[in-house]
Amino acid sequence: MSPRVAYLRFELIRTLRNRRVLIFSLAFPIVLYLLIAGPNKDEHSLGGTGISAPLYFMIGLAAFGTMNAMLSSGARIAAERSVGWNRQLRITPLTTRQYFRAKVATSYLLAIVALLALYVAGAAHGVSLPADRWVQMTALILIGLVPFAAMGIWLGHMLTADSVGPAIGGTTALFAFLGGTWFPITGSGFLATLAQQLPSYWLVQASRAGLGAKHPWGTHGWTVIIIWSVVLILLAGRAYQRDTKRV
Amino acid sequence: MATTAAEGGSVELKGLAKTFRSPRGPVHAVRSVDVTIERGQTVALLGPNGAGKSTTIDMLLGLLPPDAGSASVFGRTPRDAVAAGAIGAMLQTGAVIRDVTVRELIAMMAALYPHSLDVDEVIDLVRLDEIADRRTERLSGGQTQRVRFAIALVCDPELLVLDEPTVAMDVEGRRAFWTTMREFAARGKTVVFATHYLEEADDYADRAVLMAAGRIVAAGPTTEIKARVGLRLIRATLPEPTEDQLAALPGVITAERRGDAILLRCADSDTAIRALLVQYPAARDIEITGAGLEEAFLELTADPQLDPDASPALVEAVVEATASEAGRR
Repeated sequence: MSPRVAYLRFELIRTLRNRRVLIFSLAFPIVLYLLIAGPNKDEHSLGGTGISAPLYFMIGLAAFGTMNAMLSSGARIAAERSVGWNRQLRITPLTTRQYFRAKVATSYLLAIVALLALYVAGAAHGVSLPADRWVQMTALILIGLVPFAAMGIWLGHMLTADSVGPAIGGTTALFAFLGGTWFPITGSGFLATLAQQLPSYWLVQASRAGLGAKHPWGTHGWTVIIIWSVVLILLAGRAYQRDTKRV
Repeated sequence: MATTAAEGGSVELKGLAKTFRSPRGPVHAVRSVDVTIERGQTVALLGPNGAGKSTTIDMLLGLLPPDAGSASVFGRTPRDAVAAGAIGAMLQTGAVIRDVTVRELIAMMAALYPHSLDVDEVIDLVRLDEIADRRTERLSGGQTQRVRFAIALVCDPELLVLDEPTVAMDVEGRRAFWTTMREFAARGKTVVFATHYLEEADDYADRAVLMAAGRIVAAGPTTEIKARVGLRLIRATLPEPTEDQLAALPGVITAERRGDAILLRCADSDTAIRALLVQYPAARDIEITGAGLEEAFLELTADPQLDPDASPALVEAVVEATASEAGRR
């Protein structure tokens, strides 16, 4: 087995065995979805967006759940660092690239599972879309998660096992709230302008693909996602390179 | 890369220095460390907490960039040596990663290296057979240390680095550990281990390097280090002569009187005992003991804050001064 495959397999096994992570990244968004979307099942244009409540909250909570799944890698990394595992890996031939790939792949696996679970819940609440729209929407969400994949790794290498939990919870809550996960952010006020500079906002906007919008993100959306991705990938890379000390 | 052909058959630390920033000002963890370890040697790194052992090891492994000086491992930089799978290390932390079995962990580590040992061979070598299928989070402290030892060995390293490897082990576990270490070293491997346990250095190392306050205060074969500070002690019952008269005997460094008993610290106890018996035939209850490595260690690392810029020679002078001071009391 090549080093890359061996390490990836190892990461996947460990993640799937950690039931708490699975439960929180899966069950939590589903329960919230049932609580929020259930009573608004018949709302066809939520807050004047033209998007039905079941579709809007399906994507809103998918954004929330997948962000959480991505950032949860930070918690795993911080825990690994606290037992010196990070230093142990440093004295193997495993490269930074191989390490990052495995971490990102694991996060995406969790995110995809959460996403599919929400799609099922959404379909049960009457969300019905043509196949190509499901695909486009899913693709946009997966791309919109890139900054969060990097953010998880970055936080994991910057914070200790004690502080990473609240940091991830707070970060997710903040990005989710300002991104419009809980209610649509519309208009042109300060909140809307701020929201539009955040990757989580565009993650939620992926739901527009479900309405058949050709370019749900537009240039602005793509620019925001790309800038956040580049900056966070650089930060994560630097944090990993520097993180060789005893914790 | 500055390294030419990998002809350098040794591990070399040259002028290694590392300073950390802290709220209370800079901490000179390692001041200037020069060590050469020949291939196949087993070397113990001794010193009290804060002596700079772990920082030195981090630089040897390429985990920390030195502020000054360099480390080379068989002619390569530490990073290159690591990438080539030439270094295995047991670092100083108490746990291993969770949610995997012992065998899965060792197998994954084996897959990372270009020419690792067979997983079953390692499990056998470190005596992990009984716990190979157990999850790592369900291991005792001693078992965890053995798993970490297995991780260090699995790449079949040329250089094995162990940072306080026996900390969580009981006496039995410790003995088994060193037996395995010796078996492995006998394959022509170079071993560097840091320890608090002086008897470990005495029993298992060819050479010892003693560190205090970021410096090397003594280095050499363990027997030589003992001899260097070491001295021997002559105890006897002899009411008559004064401390000054006794201290004047050849081979004696300091003399101390405790009632009728005398205590002579000797650089050369053979000469001293002959002279003592010739001049004071009344001496009886004579006892000659060698100072162990432990005493040598205590003397050499005593109060390292005394003079942080002291060279090893100065430290020796300080030790002698302290000894004679003790003698006058």
